[in-house]
Amino acid sequence: MAEFGRHPQLNRNGELHHLLSIEELPRAILERILTTADSFINIAEREVKSVPLLRGRSVFNLFFENSTRTRTTFEIAARRLSADVFNLDITRSSTAKGESLLDTINNLTAMQADMFVVRHASSGAPYLIARHVAPHVHVINAGDGRHAHPTQGLLDMYTIRHYKRDFTQLTVAIVGDILHSRVARSAIHGLTTLGVPEVRAVGPLTLLPGGLEQLGVRVCTRLEDGIRGADVIIMLRLQNERMKGALLPSAQEYFRNYGLTPEKLQLARADAIVMHPGPMNRGVEIDSHVADGTQSVILPQVTFGIAVRMAVLALVSSSQRMQ
Amino acid sequence: MKLAIRNGRVVDPASKVDERKDVFVDDGRIVAIGTAPHGFSAERTLDATGLIVAPGLVDLCARMREPGADGALKVESHAALAGGITGVVCPPDTDPPLDEPGLVRMLRQRSREAAGARLYPLGALTAGLGGEVLAEIETLAEVGCVAFAQTGSLPHDNSVLLQAMRYARTFDLPVWLRPVEDTLAGRGVAAAGAVAARLGLASVPDVAETVALHTVFELQRATGARIHLCRLSSSNGVELVRRAKREGLPVTCDVGIHHVHLIDVDIGYFDSNFRLDPPLRTSRDRDAIRAGLADGTIDAICSDHTPVDADDKLLPFDEAAPGATALETLLPLVLKWASESKVALLDALGKVSSTPGQILGEPTGRLALGAKADICIFDPAEPWRPEAAALVSHGKNTPFSGYELIGRARYTLVGGDLRFTRK
Repeated sequence: MAEFGRHPQLNRNGELHHLLSIEELPRAILERILTTADSFINIAEREVKSVPLLRGRSVFNLFFENSTRTRTTFEIAARRLSADVFNLDITRSSTAKGESLLDTINNLTAMQADMFVVRHASSGAPYLIARHVAPHVHVINAGDGRHAHPTQGLLDMYTIRHYKRDFTQLTVAIVGDILHSRVARSAIHGLTTLGVPEVRAVGPLTLLPGGLEQLGVRVCTRLEDGIRGADVIIMLRLQNERMKGALLPSAQEYFRNYGLTPEKLQLARADAIVMHPGPMNRGVEIDSHVADGTQSVILPQVTFGIAVRMAVLALVSSSQRMQ
Repeated sequence: MKLAIRNGRVVDPASKVDERKDVFVDDGRIVAIGTAPHGFSAERTLDATGLIVAPGLVDLCARMREPGADGALKVESHAALAGGITGVVCPPDTDPPLDEPGLVRMLRQRSREAAGARLYPLGALTAGLGGEVLAEIETLAEVGCVAFAQTGSLPHDNSVLLQAMRYARTFDLPVWLRPVEDTLAGRGVAAAGAVAARLGLASVPDVAETVALHTVFELQRATGARIHLCRLSSSNGVELVRRAKREGLPVTCDVGIHHVHLIDVDIGYFDSNFRLDPPLRTSRDRDAIRAGLADGTIDAICSDHTPVDADDKLLPFDEAAPGATALETLLPLVLKWASESKVALLDALGKVSSTPGQILGEPTGRLALGAKADICIFDPAEPWRPEAAALVSHGKNTPFSGYELIGRARYTLVGGDLRFTRK
């Protein structure tokens, strides 16, 4: 175990070298990312929407699982930092020819990659990659299995901070398919690290993994209990495939019990904000009146996402070598 | 060949002997313990000063990768010797599965040629291990299978399991089962609980084990079949076996050595060396396993040795092949457990020698007068690290890579033949 005892994400100086998960990152690093993102928010409004921070660096988007949205926002973020961006649709190329994950990584490193933005269907895949890349290369997790989606978690934190300022007074409800959701896990770690006193996980028992309480959340099985008095409601996307097995009988019944409607939203605080990582299933987890209503901050989340991803790319690339 | 083993501390769990004695071997058998027989003149003498002379270990589950990988049996059976193991039970989940007499004869022939540890093949309970059609188990027993196993999980179809148990009972053949209910285990790769929830890994709930145990015990009550349960993993499972034994069901069980030590938290950051089958459970489960060993609920400890190609571990956790190399770490890990749990050496070694021998119904795992001289002579204090270069087995992946282990075989004898000497 060569990596025995080594932090998978931080270098010896405690700087963020890879972003793999929000879990186990110190609060100071999360706050630094959020503050750095502040400085990038304005760039989007300028005529020249780029800064030369990553000029000459190569960022490879490695998506082993399809995603248009996350890949595009990473691409925009990298381009605004003046990096050279390469998009590789791995689902259709190398692995189909039987090349192993690490062989793919080694080949791309030989093409002078500086940074890999990785999405993979297996939980933990970015850890494996980070353990094996050259010491100057950075790995950013863009979603691994059910495990983590740290930039989504960070943009959620950025959004909450933007509207609510102080994390230490908040009640946050995360509603839906917690079992399969990397977004939920990253949000939970972000919220608990930043000092949110009450994080609630809301859903039917079939979609709540055992042992959830040990992550520092309160489990609620009824939506009404979960969102009562909440300052922030994070709705999760419900995949259609969940209705095929024995987890849920139908989208209709799910909506009846866990869909966020204007009436149910009344149970939350009057100034509560509603978030969603997208893409939304209107009429399944969220009613259109809520999605498009005044309390929805779903579109600002997307805008903030670019600034947060710029902050992450900029911060990891300024860290020293891993070894 | 006349052989004398002098000045060692003889530890024999079967006879409860633990004292400094000399052991004398002639013509493959133990001819005296204590004083040399009249007129005995040793052709070779092993100096066991500071060493322990114990029965060769009997491992109830080790994959030798044959049939499947040609030449693997020789390497793995010598890895067993290097671990002080003189007898290995190999499960039938080979390629192809061990479900017909020709394969068993071939395997036994290769084992004789390899001159490593003794091989005790388990025959497949169902054809191709498919869980649908019975294998010719009476014929397989005739050619040397010691018992009949369904690996992985119980047969999907309960009626097949019921008939298999009835049929095995007809010939009084033992059936070895993994208490895993496949529909509940699904494609899980980690035990259900906080760690799997945190890491986002598909999980195996402990009801996958307890429901399987209830099924097995009910069918046992109906058929009277003799059952050995392989690799128990949960606290609730241990309790069910305890009750079944109290009731008097003819059941024995084993646990893998890794589950005596490790828990789900040890997976750390998706370390695929900790991807095992059954998955590692919580500290509560590990403690229950240790309690089960102490009170005799769990009869034996096996290595569950599974050589895995290094490339098959260099994959994301859920894609990595499960299993670890363990023949050579079994002995030091048993010693580690004995010292941590304050178990007498005699009792600890019993879990890997005399009781496995009894479960097999084979005259091995004991140092008795007239018994075959299957002997392990080990240094109980030698520190070493199980790194790739230090291992004989083709399998190099172990959760204990990089750890310091204490205790290592020095000499291993099979039927009086000195087959392993550590340089």
